[in-house]
Amino acid sequence: MKSFTTLTAVAAPIEMANIDTDRVIPVRFLRKLRSDKAGYDPYLFHDMRFDNDGREKPDFVLNQPAYRKAGIIVAGANFGCGSSREGAVYALLDYGIRAVIAPSFGDIHYANELQNGMLPVILPEEICRGLRDQLRAKPGASLAINLSAQTVIDTEGFAHPFTIDPVYKERLLKGLDDIGLVLENTPVIESFEHDYHAQRPWLA
Amino acid sequence: MALTMFDKIWNSHVILEKPGGDALLHIDRNFVHEGSFHAFGALAKEGRKVRKPRQNFAVADHYVPTVGRERGVEAAEDADARNMIRLLEENCRVNDIAHYGIDDDRQGIVHVIGPELGLTQPGLTVTCGDSHTSTHGALGAYAFGTGASQLKQILATQCLWLKRPKTLRIVVNGQLAPGVTGKDVVLAIIAKIGTAGATGHVIEFAGSAISGLTVEGRLTVCNMAIEAGGRAGMIAPDDKVYEYLHGREFSPKGADWDRALAQWRTLPSDDGARFDREVTLDGAKLEPMLTWGTSPEEALPVSGRIPDPKSLGDANQRAHAEQALAYMDLKPGMALTDIQIDRAFIGSCTNGRIEDLRAAAAVLKGRKAVIQAWVSPGSTALKRQAEAEGLDKIFLDAGVEWRASGCSSCAAMNGDKVPPGMRSASTSNRNFEGRQGKGARTHLMSPAMTAAAIVTGRVTDVRTLAAGKH
Ligand code: SF4
Repeated sequence: MKSFTTLTAVAAPIEMANIDTDRVIPVRFLRKLRSDKAGYDPYLFHDMRFDNDGREKPDFVLNQPAYRKAGIIVAGANFGCGSSREGAVYALLDYGIRAVIAPSFGDIHYANELQNGMLPVILPEEICRGLRDQLRAKPGASLAINLSAQTVIDTEGFAHPFTIDPVYKERLLKGLDDIGLVLENTPVIESFEHDYHAQRPWLA
Repeated sequence: MALTMFDKIWNSHVILEKPGGDALLHIDRNFVHEGSFHAFGALAKEGRKVRKPRQNFAVADHYVPTVGRERGVEAAEDADARNMIRLLEENCRVNDIAHYGIDDDRQGIVHVIGPELGLTQPGLTVTCGDSHTSTHGALGAYAFGTGASQLKQILATQCLWLKRPKTLRIVVNGQLAPGVTGKDVVLAIIAKIGTAGATGHVIEFAGSAISGLTVEGRLTVCNMAIEAGGRAGMIAPDDKVYEYLHGREFSPKGADWDRALAQWRTLPSDDGARFDREVTLDGAKLEPMLTWGTSPEEALPVSGRIPDPKSLGDANQRAHAEQALAYMDLKPGMALTDIQIDRAFIGSCTNGRIEDLRAAAAVLKGRKAVIQAWVSPGSTALKRQAEAEGLDKIFLDAGVEWRASGCSSCAAMNGDKVPPGMRSASTSNRNFEGRQGKGARTHLMSPAMTAAAIVTGRVTDVRTLAAGKH
């Protein structure tokens, strides 16, 4: 997994709460294979980004020249609620988004971001709104995220501290792989399974 | 110390704990479906194999066609869908996983067949790369959906690193009025606490209105726990659950059954167990519910009127409601029963079980559909059972299509779409924009309410229909 330490990138404000993963990537694209050559970026926010004829909707933030190269999104509460589809993270990542800042996240999506080396940043509602206001006032401005320091520096240089579980933080900073972390415990796992299934032989 | 049911299941599955509260959990059953190909792909790329094939089960449900099934995979919508169905079979072959393919007698929606085959049992940890895995919690399991990376981890290790979630008990007291079902209960809960109301929490549904539900009704309630933001939903197992499980293919047999039963009886939360939060509802006051907007929390009793977004206190809700009304083409103040319906779908892992089919058939019997509608039973076995009971004839006589089993119009991945602009009454669980097809307008409701819409062409309180007012 790619590690995450610091990120300074153009940030795009999306003025909407409850952006479900169906919005992040409509279901019809989930059947697409994903490779290094064919990423999921064309599908990101597809139906908000393109009209029925596949033309860009000029109002949508990522279609505005200043925000096209965004690496951060600042959204409303409950970002990524709904379906568990990891395709939502693939679409964000393949577009170039490495961090989403929001007052809260759907649980599964939050875990999916972490699993892929993305950083979901939780900041209070008023601060997220303030960041979005700044970003709208200065299209194309960057935010700077420092995971070690747990801060987001806004466009005026002001630092907003955020909290993140220390375990997640460490994994992101080091780019640790979950499977590796499991398999180093194989003897303990096997002994657990032995005892567990001895009590419940019908499950083995 | 008094423990919750969740505590008991969690504690019995923790292999080890790390400082900081990360626990490595044993996973009893993991389910995969066509959409799991990313996880299998990543696994193969890393040169890994499934560690415990016998604890994994695969079923084709999301992309299977619901018509022309005698043609097998060839009947699928397009090459992509056919590939997905075949890829699952191939991944299972390579990894030695039991696979219930498109023409298998055990095929069905993953969250329907888990309980139906007795794979889901009280006290187990159950996972699947699908958010509605919460369904299985109705039998007293800790069941939750994962994304592809966590799924890969489970396939490779049969364990999962997890943070212990918080607990929320939702108590629904009283007795439900006739015509009020599990679907109405859960829609009322989500309308009350919101789609983020249970974020970070495992929900235990309790109270007399919940224990009074059948196992089918409980599965419906837990199915939509995720729509309230819950990490999982669960209900204490009782004799109804044990009767339901007895004799099923994967249920324990003989002496194992007695041993299992003794373990299961210890699962319900102890008196005085502490939950991080509690919410209470009066079940006796509930009415049949339906959604009017594009979020499951935008739901009201059928006697209600479309709210004026301006009257909503919360700015986010206001903005969402405005957009929802524009998408749904509805006006504030309108009576819900004045909404015209163009299409209907009965099925899905929410309401595709035998009791749901019976409830819809009871309304349709002797009446005629005035709109296009179809039924897709939750599993192939259920389809047979319904046919043995003569339900298929009732649907067909009413002019409702009787289809094969799959996810069908719930997410329309197999091509069973609702056309743009059409308004659909659906027994499924999500009314997001575009969920049933681009531009489709979805109203979620119970099977009986959907059947009432089928015979009247508009939103109808099924109780007035039963009283012969139509
Ligand atoms: S029926 Fe719908 S919600 Fe259930 S598993 Fe299938 S697509 Fe998901």
